[in-house]
Amino acid sequence: MDKNGAAQKLIAIFGHMDFIGLLHSILVETSKYIIIILFAIYTWHCFSVFVGNNTEKKDKVYRRQNKIMYTIHFICTAVLFLNSLDVTILGLYLAQLALLIFVNKAYIYVYENASKMVLNNMLMLLMIGFVMIGRLNRDHLIRQMIFAAAICLIGLFIPLLIERFSYFDRFGLVYAVIGILMLALVFVIGKTIYGAKNWIVIGGFAMQPSEFVKIIYVFFVAALLSKSTQWKDVVKVAVLAGVHVLILVAEKDLGAALIYYITFLSILYVASRNIGYLGLGLFGGSAAAVVAYHLFTHVQTRVTAWRDPWGTINDAGYQVAQSLFAIGTGGWFGMGLGEGMPNKIPVAETDFIFSAISEELGAFFAICLILVEISCFIMFVNIALKIKRRFYKLTSLGLAMEYVFQVFLTIGGVTKFIPSTGVTLPLVSYGGSSVISTIILFCIIQGMYVLNCKEEESLETQQETDASKRRVRKR
Amino acid sequence: MHQREESERDKNLQMQKRKARKEQPERRKQNSRQAGRGEEKENKKGNAQILALTYCMVAVFLGMAGYLGYFMAVKSDKVINNPYNKRQEVLAKKVQRGEIRSKDGKVLAKTKTDSTGKDTRIYPYDEIFAPVVGRISNSMTGIEKQQCYPLLTSHVNPLRQLTNTLKGEKNPGDSVFTTLDAKLQTIAYQALGNHKGAVVAIEPSTGKVLAMVSKPSYDPNTVAKNWSSLIKDSNDDSKLVNRATQGLYPPGSTFKVLTAMEYMIENPQTYRDFNYRCKGTDTVAGHVIHCYDNERHGILSLKNALAESCNGAFATLGTELDLDRFHKLAEKFGYNKALDADFEYNQSKFVLNKHSDNGELTQTAIGQGKTLVTPLQNALIAATIANDGKMMLPYVVDHVESDSGQVVKSYDPKEKGQVVDEWVAQKMNDMMKSVVTSGTGYSLKSFSYEVAGKTGSAEADSEGTTHSWFIGYAPADNPKIAISVVVEGAGTGSRYAVPVTKKMLQCYLGD
Repeated sequence: MDKNGAAQKLIAIFGHMDFIGLLHSILVETSKYIIIILFAIYTWHCFSVFVGNNTEKKDKVYRRQNKIMYTIHFICTAVLFLNSLDVTILGLYLAQLALLIFVNKAYIYVYENASKMVLNNMLMLLMIGFVMIGRLNRDHLIRQMIFAAAICLIGLFIPLLIERFSYFDRFGLVYAVIGILMLALVFVIGKTIYGAKNWIVIGGFAMQPSEFVKIIYVFFVAALLSKSTQWKDVVKVAVLAGVHVLILVAEKDLGAALIYYITFLSILYVASRNIGYLGLGLFGGSAAAVVAYHLFTHVQTRVTAWRDPWGTINDAGYQVAQSLFAIGTGGWFGMGLGEGMPNKIPVAETDFIFSAISEELGAFFAICLILVEISCFIMFVNIALKIKRRFYKLTSLGLAMEYVFQVFLTIGGVTKFIPSTGVTLPLVSYGGSSVISTIILFCIIQGMYVLNCKEEESLETQQETDASKRRVRKR
Repeated sequence: MHQREESERDKNLQMQKRKARKEQPERRKQNSRQAGRGEEKENKKGNAQILALTYCMVAVFLGMAGYLGYFMAVKSDKVINNPYNKRQEVLAKKVQRGEIRSKDGKVLAKTKTDSTGKDTRIYPYDEIFAPVVGRISNSMTGIEKQQCYPLLTSHVNPLRQLTNTLKGEKNPGDSVFTTLDAKLQTIAYQALGNHKGAVVAIEPSTGKVLAMVSKPSYDPNTVAKNWSSLIKDSNDDSKLVNRATQGLYPPGSTFKVLTAMEYMIENPQTYRDFNYRCKGTDTVAGHVIHCYDNERHGILSLKNALAESCNGAFATLGTELDLDRFHKLAEKFGYNKALDADFEYNQSKFVLNKHSDNGELTQTAIGQGKTLVTPLQNALIAATIANDGKMMLPYVVDHVESDSGQVVKSYDPKEKGQVVDEWVAQKMNDMMKSVVTSGTGYSLKSFSYEVAGKTGSAEADSEGTTHSWFIGYAPADNPKIAISVVVEGAGTGSRYAVPVTKKMLQCYLGD
């Protein structure tokens, strides 16, 4: 059905255009407050569940969060639909809804015992991404949905995979070699997009291998450090991790380089329980950053753009300036969905989606989003704390750090809190590689926790049977 | 019952352990259990570190959220008001641009919507306020530009916004209240007559700009229509330039105020002993200096030299100054420095330093040479002396009000700092009073209050074009207004700039 035909039909139903226009403007004005209130409640629940142990109550909270998510999704779609009267929006909405409901139900089943909160947040972030990408670029939304659906389906098998291959931790060096080779391959045959040579184009599909390597990279560091944290082993891991980081720097993918580096340091710190490593690493990293600043012009550009985007508004500072215009003009309550000019921000759907969200849904919403991301990270950490097997513990911690640090880089970058490094906001930003790797990351953390619970259970049952046997014998 | 069972089980376990040491078959299972416990302990290892990392990241995120909040609350207003931000078009669709008003509530700019829904910006005072209020068509300027986003933001309550939406009407934007006095501005504009020139009036204790006139001006109501002739500027009128803040003029004798102050600062004990015998012309450091009309002033103290505006005396005095310190004083008063002001301006220029030659030195000391000043800068100098040496930053926007009269944002006076010691300013006050009581500013003597000031006639070019200057303030002992007037190509200060000042004082302070 073509757009005009559909619109005319709707106009015929609703009388005349003004009625719909009016309905739309009322909805835009009221919905922005409603969305903020709903999202604030959702955010509140993200933290309220940390307190108390009443599982029944918690289940209720999780269900309420789901309801809020579906409501926000519905309102946003209604606003966007009334704006353009394009029925494809409704079709896409139904498809998204189906995906969200399916993942919600199926994951609870597969990821028994896993954190419902993590699942809720994953869906919430995906949903916000769908709404915003759809508002910015329809074609990109469809691609994003396909990628998300595919990887969510694959994600259902990840716990199985982890269980089957419980000897994952034996191949530390193999992971390192694969990672380095993949990154090096990008360096050789990669394509430069947006200033960083971190893309490989295969048959029309552009992908960012660093997004995938970052997962096996955590496997590599965690596997080796879970075995030994003796000096010579630490040096070995450091050198291999350093090679990863250096290739990324050479590709001008500074964001990824930073994420890799911080992740390595975090795992090392937890594995060795030696704060000296962390101090040394941060000091060394800072020194390297200073050297990089003096060596590479692209690093200097980023820093100049950060310090004074207004002075360089015509070139280096343009992106950050546009981002701040968007956030600032949107104000606390936002311009209303579809009412701003987020397309003025370069790469709004990928690296700068946070600014687009803040412009149209408001700074309150954006701040809540930051809080939801923290809550998500805390849940990850919570899982890492509970996990017993050392390799799993280090892996889940490493993945959690990767996630949270990436969020920090992107939000910090677009708000001029730190220099912009050009990374995506996981799950929300448009980008196949990003959404795939992030969902895998979520699934692995959850999967490891599921496995951990199973192992514990079997251990307990074994102990119980032991005990009962003894009791029997005693009698 | 339950407890006993448990303790029994514990006992059993202990016995089991003991047994295990002896009994071979039991040992394997036991080991595995101990290993299990050991592993559990082992795997709590690192949890403290994980928590430490978590706290760090949470702190960083809270910092980031706080920064975003700070940005929104404090910085965003200034940031979004940028010509590169194209969102005003979006806002203008929903909000009717607010009004700009004078201090006393007179409308300086408003938007009217005609029956077809087309908006027109109306400036009731036509040309009088154009340089300071600005325009929205043909590249935004002035307050219209500086307050573009506040004018396009509506702070009426959500219910009213909803009602407006229902009625299909735009929400009324916030109104900007300026510090400008509509009556004073009009008087000053008229007083300049057909001359080109500029007037700035400032409240010394706050830095509020009371009037800012630039002439010739343009009518912002018809600027779009007349744009091509305005930019062609065939009469060399530069109507689009705000002379008050952007016009650079030689300061002429008004600069002697700074020369005198520097002399006092360098010679705090002996400046009273300064005297000079004026013969109408003199050769100072090898350069001939004339007094105006070659008038002989006779023997002069520093005070009298200022009152009579004796060039010979000030050129001589200049040769005794430490030029680096002189340079610094000029910069403290704002020369060569950016001004944290909320309007467009040019920096005043002072180039004299210890490498300058004597010709330049003697010329600079009497306000000629390469020194260039804006009328605004000169008003600031007068206001600073009036305010006991403490400079207040000038500003034109007082506050922003919502349509329902609520103050949304107010701008407070900002201190730039103590530029000269109080005693210097007070001594200067005495000397500037004598300019009016017994010197070149005598026509301001008629008021019931005392006026302090300094006249100037600045030679603008070698063809004898002379700008007429006056800077001053009143009442001299409790200054309410500082004024700087320049009349282009008009001659001596006393003849043209002083009468303009007189009319303004009459209007603002009465007879």
